[in-house]
Amino acid sequence: MSTQTSERTDESPLIFELGQQGRANQYVERGKPLSTFLPAAVLRDELPLPDNSELDVVRHFTRLSHRTFGIDLGFYPLGSCTMKYNPRINDAMAAKREFAQLHPYTPDELAQGALQVMYELERSLSSLFGMAAFSLNPAAGAHAELAALLIAKRYFKDRGEKRDTVIVPDTAHGTNPASAAMCGFKVVSLPSDERGRVSVDEIRKVLGNDTAVCMMTNPNTLGLFEDHIAEIAAAVHEAGGLMYYDGANANAIMGNVRPGDMGFDLMHLNTHKTFTIPHGGGGAGHGPVGVAAHLVDYLPTPVVLATADGTYRLEFDRAKSIGPMRSFWSNFAHAVRALSYIYANGAEGLKRVSQLAVLNANYIRVKVAPFLETPYPEICRHEFVASAQELKKQTGVKALDIAKALLDHGMMAPTMYFPLIVPECLMIEPTETESKETLDRFIEILREIVETAKTDPEKITSAPVTTVVGRVDETRAARQPDLRWKRPG
Amino acid sequence: MYTPHTDRDIRAMLDAIGVGSLEELLKVPETVALKSAIDVVHALPEYQIARRFDALGAKNRGVDYASFLGAGAYRHYIPPAIAALAMRGEFLTAYTPYQAEVSQGYLQAIYEWQTYICLLTGMDVANASVYDGATALAEAAIMALNANGRKKILASRAVDPNYRAVLRTYCDGLDVEIDEIAYTPEGTTDMAWLRDAVASKEYAAVAVASPNFFGNIDMLDSAALAAVNASETVPIAVVTEAISMAALASAASWGAQIVAGEAQSFGVPLAYGGPYVGFIASTAQHMRRIPGRLVGKSVDTHGKTAYVLTLQAREQHIRRERATSNICTNQAHCALIATMYLELMGQTGLRDVASLNLERSRELATAVSQLGGIDLKFNAPFFNEIVVDVHRPAAGVLAELQERKILGGVDLGRFYPELDACILMNATELTTTADITALAKALSEVVHVHANV
Amino acid sequence: MSQTDNLLFSKEHEWVKIDGDVATVGITDYAQHSLGDIVYVELPRAGKQIDQFSNIGVVESVKAVSDLFTPIGGEVTEINGALEADPAALNRDPYGNGWLFKVRMNDVDQKNNLLSPADYEKIAVD
Repeated sequence: MSTQTSERTDESPLIFELGQQGRANQYVERGKPLSTFLPAAVLRDELPLPDNSELDVVRHFTRLSHRTFGIDLGFYPLGSCTMKYNPRINDAMAAKREFAQLHPYTPDELAQGALQVMYELERSLSSLFGMAAFSLNPAAGAHAELAALLIAKRYFKDRGEKRDTVIVPDTAHGTNPASAAMCGFKVVSLPSDERGRVSVDEIRKVLGNDTAVCMMTNPNTLGLFEDHIAEIAAAVHEAGGLMYYDGANANAIMGNVRPGDMGFDLMHLNTHKTFTIPHGGGGAGHGPVGVAAHLVDYLPTPVVLATADGTYRLEFDRAKSIGPMRSFWSNFAHAVRALSYIYANGAEGLKRVSQLAVLNANYIRVKVAPFLETPYPEICRHEFVASAQELKKQTGVKALDIAKALLDHGMMAPTMYFPLIVPECLMIEPTETESKETLDRFIEILREIVETAKTDPEKITSAPVTTVVGRVDETRAARQPDLRWKRPG
Repeated sequence: MYTPHTDRDIRAMLDAIGVGSLEELLKVPETVALKSAIDVVHALPEYQIARRFDALGAKNRGVDYASFLGAGAYRHYIPPAIAALAMRGEFLTAYTPYQAEVSQGYLQAIYEWQTYICLLTGMDVANASVYDGATALAEAAIMALNANGRKKILASRAVDPNYRAVLRTYCDGLDVEIDEIAYTPEGTTDMAWLRDAVASKEYAAVAVASPNFFGNIDMLDSAALAAVNASETVPIAVVTEAISMAALASAASWGAQIVAGEAQSFGVPLAYGGPYVGFIASTAQHMRRIPGRLVGKSVDTHGKTAYVLTLQAREQHIRRERATSNICTNQAHCALIATMYLELMGQTGLRDVASLNLERSRELATAVSQLGGIDLKFNAPFFNEIVVDVHRPAAGVLAELQERKILGGVDLGRFYPELDACILMNATELTTTADITALAKALSEVVHVHANV
Repeated sequence: MSQTDNLLFSKEHEWVKIDGDVATVGITDYAQHSLGDIVYVELPRAGKQIDQFSNIGVVESVKAVSDLFTPIGGEVTEINGALEADPAALNRDPYGNGWLFKVRMNDVDQKNNLLSPADYEKIAVD
């Protein structure tokens, strides 16, 4: 009996296998036949979607939620992704009728509250990161990165300079070179030095009158602070290039150091990381793009401005702007969330956030160092990388296996195999919202996994075993793509 | 601050690390230290945050007005079951489902979303979502550019002007030119113009929207499709009002190879413009060029059905500068909401919503066109939007309607100088007869006053 | 006689079999092994002119993508269409059923720029 029960709860049929035509809910009244209104030639013949009762749909998605892991269920040390607690007040504020039901074409004078939210957020971000202004237009980090490079392209075009090269360190996020390519830039990859950093000498070798932008994140993806950033920025500026700050790691610097002060001209933020907007399974994000004073005119439109009479307005008509990046003004509901988080923290609180994020990362780093390689054994920022290379040589257990074994303990796996320069890499970012007890438990579990790998490697290479499915055949998924349900027969 | 650290914890952790203080831990070179104080509000306790947003919300007076605003963002009924399900912490606080074993639920939901988009568009494959409708069009154009290596895009002027503006932003980056096709006096794409243009074989793609920005049904006719296919131009269909897909012949049925659309109408709140959810669907021949995440069905080590992110070699984290797109984030949570909407509505509910949109917009059209001095600009079959010609500056008319607590629609002069006497008006299932009556009364007053001047 | 005796090789781990003025091209066993499970191959269209050592396509495995460089120049006369349905043939049988495409060579002397089996063996080591 027990086997049968577990098999039953184990199943998760597709909605298309459940529905019955005619089992309809009454959200709206019955409509007249469509042919009442339009000629048959423009109407569709059939609409092959299932009808389900509300209860069946509620059970379907509740079941799916049980098969999904989020921060609310456990520790989520996914490096580079800043998986911190998402305060519920943020969502409650975004869901307020006056925000949720506001149409984007509402005239400015009837949307003053929304415009003030955008304005306050924009001013706060500019001050926190030392930029002259932000545009809240881009929809996500990579989108803002694209906006920043389009700004650079337009800027050099206006100046009549032919600069077509973008410098990207080998530790950079994959979106950096991909965004550069979307603007027609050539990408020069810069090797990191033995300290895991960009060296001033190396960068001087590739700088020239073709240099458009140097894209960096600081701290970098190894979690290390680029301590020569001022000299690097000076060298890039001397060559006539612009400095771009990838804000993916902004959780490490708030109130401590600012991209503007480090010499960056352009930057983006992933407010869904740093400012506690829920990731929602991979989006929607929110990606403000910020610029120094000489680039303000190029920001994507619209930008929100305060007027002399104390009101706010959207400005669309800006001659030098790169134009809009998306249909409407901003991922506004997320602007509400980010501002709610700023209200909760204030300047001092945000500084504390970064301090504790760095404290948590360093604490794990020193505690795992005795049993797992840490290729850069020095003070890190909000994240650090460990490597399973030695362990793999000894036992055959890879970073991937460690990651999968963590899932069996109710914890999310760290980021694996990134950055590309560290073999068998595990990139660990605990965030500031985790307690010492949680960190201690994570460290203990990691130690157990490494010890088990040495005595019983197969136990680790066959993980996970407690999840609803085991490891998934990715080769089959890619060789015979099955990307949608089809009616049988 | 949402940080659980006690002073004791901090001391113990600093000791373990071997540094004296948090300041020491975050020390940076003097050259880059803060050059001025940070100017951000003082921290507020939670109840005061709520009060502050109450006050801000109260300034959004527009939500209390009768509204005929559409133009790419639509007000539809949203069953409360959606919020109850979508706000579950498992969905809300998950990240991209890289670890398939603990993400089966979300992966399955995205697989269902991909299936819904395929069934609605008639396409073979759909992605896990993109930012919104406008970026979907830009990404679809990039697919076409990569498919045939041409360096120009053709778009109908009846495609949403915001979408065309975003297409221009993207194309500027790629050094790609855009040419536009005029619309006819009926308010649809000029098919003769389109046929002549594609014959040059310079265009990677041609984009048309149905319903178009004016609300009119605007599919390629058979002669136009033949010309498009003969010239090996990729036909892109744009959908901004997703509810229309429940009623209208699918994009596949009139020959589109890529559909780029916006699914905000499927249960996603207006929220002053976002987040919304774009989708891209295509015929099988373009599958490898689709940007963003794709979820596939496979099996686990025990042969059990399992879902997983697939065809990842197209993406930025592997291909870097050679990726099909730089997209990393998608709109998963909005796509989840849209999937919930489609599952709750079902074919019966979705057809009903479409039918009611058709009915109320015709009621609106009848009411305003009966007024003296006001005409419908176009006479093509339409879905749920109409272009109303008030024969005087639309901006002034809208301002006077606003004084009567009515948002009458969008001033088309904002995008089309030649239509500055025209208002784009929308009606959905939520538009009431009382709203329409009030609008008609107000319009007749406004026009009457003008007539007497 | 081994499978590779009458083949020539490039440093980018492609092989060529020359038969008159037609060359058949594939990737080596070493290449398929280091790529892992191959899931997709993107090849030039038949009729296309390609230059020796130019980038003419990609090979995708589950989590990696590699450029394909043609070891020989000329006009592509045929591509191995079976790979679309069965990319695994590249892993199973790289020198046989896993061949990629055929080229009508425009300069037979280009083969002098390629490596012998013995020379290739020296570079195809971990």
